[in-house]
Amino acid sequence: MDTLLNYFSSLPGAVAQGIIAGIMAIGVYITYRVLDVADLTVDGSYCTGAAVCAAMLINGHSVWVAMLVAMLAGMVAGLITGFFHTFMGIPAILSGILTQLMLWSINLKIMGIALGKVSAAVIAVSSRNYKLLASMLKMGDTLLVLAIFSVILIAVLYWFFGTEYGATLRATGDNPQMSRALGINTDIRKIMGLVLSNGIVALAGSLLAQYQGNAEINMGRGAIVTGLAAVIIGEALLGKLTKNNFALKLFAVIVGGIVYFIIYSTIIYLGVESNYLKMLSALVLACFLAVPYWKTRFAKHAKRSNVTKGEP
Amino acid sequence: MLKLKGINKSFNVGTVNEKHVLKDLELHLAPGDFVTVIGGNGAGKSTMLNAVAGTWRVDSGTILLDGVDVTNTSEYRRAKYLGRVFQDPRIGTATNMQIDENLALAARRGKPRTLRWGISSKEQEAYREQLKALELGLEDRMTSKVGLLSGGQRQALTLLMATLQRPKLLLLDEHTAALDPKTAAKVLELTDRLIAENQLTALMVTHNMRDAIAHGNRLIMMHDGRIILDISGEEKKKLTVEALLERFSESSGSEFSNDRALLG
Repeated sequence: MDTLLNYFSSLPGAVAQGIIAGIMAIGVYITYRVLDVADLTVDGSYCTGAAVCAAMLINGHSVWVAMLVAMLAGMVAGLITGFFHTFMGIPAILSGILTQLMLWSINLKIMGIALGKVSAAVIAVSSRNYKLLASMLKMGDTLLVLAIFSVILIAVLYWFFGTEYGATLRATGDNPQMSRALGINTDIRKIMGLVLSNGIVALAGSLLAQYQGNAEINMGRGAIVTGLAAVIIGEALLGKLTKNNFALKLFAVIVGGIVYFIIYSTIIYLGVESNYLKMLSALVLACFLAVPYWKTRFAKHAKRSNVTKGEP
Repeated sequence: MLKLKGINKSFNVGTVNEKHVLKDLELHLAPGDFVTVIGGNGAGKSTMLNAVAGTWRVDSGTILLDGVDVTNTSEYRRAKYLGRVFQDPRIGTATNMQIDENLALAARRGKPRTLRWGISSKEQEAYREQLKALELGLEDRMTSKVGLLSGGQRQALTLLMATLQRPKLLLLDEHTAALDPKTAAKVLELTDRLIAENQLTALMVTHNMRDAIAHGNRLIMMHDGRIILDISGEEKKKLTVEALLERFSESSGSEFSNDRALLG
């Protein structure tokens, strides 16, 4: 009985973490779904966002400035990956891995500088000492702030991807060959997409640092898996409803993030050793990712028309 | 309108698969020329079109488009001057975007992309009229994803997209090859109409000799990276497939080798 009560009391926290992960996953959505690039920079830039935000806070800057600078830092990370990928011709996945590895050192250094050390793995930023937007100690306010934040982000992105420029980003991910034939510099668009994506991821990282009251070097580990899981869970649950509407698709990503963390809490409640959670996440995601492949494999025998329909 | 001077292009240089595809290629198109291009397997037809489009840089030679030297201009910058339709209907359009969105992207070819809304309601009305003229019923499906269209519909849409913003040169790379004969005929009819209406200069690669003879005001035949026949005016009007094959073996000293062309 006691543990069941604990479970229910953990749910608001799961929702808050889910929204933050959902915001991060919107960044993943931009690269993975819109640009058709699997960008692993995320594992590094999520932590960069948290580290920069915490570093700015303990140096006396306001939470707004801290978050803005955190976002800019994430954008620079995306710029580096984009540069590796387009200018240096390195495959997107490897470019992301390289930046991610660079960020490991950089994140330790950022936190180190902020604390006046050579390097540091943790910075504490409790809401008792700083004026924060989100904190697990003020769950009600936090949920409201996060919800408003998501709505604003979705509105801005809906507008951006509807503009002439935003449409060229979608076109680049959809059909780069056509895009170039229509005068679109696809390299620049890929870089812009990676910059935007990692900016959002870092912004989510800055919210997570505030929420849990610290920035910590391992925060980003597995972020890409969480992000992809949120994207795919959202599509699986709401795919039918969001068919043609970009804003609804992004909303589904947030819902995916929330569902992911509720499942996470449930698994912990069921007594699974928390050490296994990353493994479970990866396995569940692997199965979900296999679904479209399985569908086309079996559809091939049944109906040929589905093959062209199902292509990316 | 287009001048190709001494174009050379080799692929896989330094490997056993090295192939010299374009050999000192020369071509000059006058404004309003509608040139059909025919040739055997590996003659360099598509390679010539890709050289003009800037898919890669040529090894040597000069490419002038309406007097502008574009030899070293990147593909996306060259797009300003060119309308292109590809053999594969999937290449010319964005599958997951709506019909009107595809048109709006094409209408802005060669123009800066701003943060204004991607498609205006005025434009939408214009597109509806232009789609209606295709007589495929697409005007009622403007917000459908292009991926739902058939190959013929997609090629017709790509043609419209290529001419929406008047190109200095229209490049058609076997754009009916992937279609069934009936659809191919319709798309060719549309091609003729759009070229005539907009008074375009066009270069159309085809594998079908009859089509090559029936369309355009000028026919060139390629063999081994060069142009070996260039027929225009009255002479082209009187041309037959048999005469063309005969003139091919005279000029090249070999049999015409394009399975699809003979079957077509």
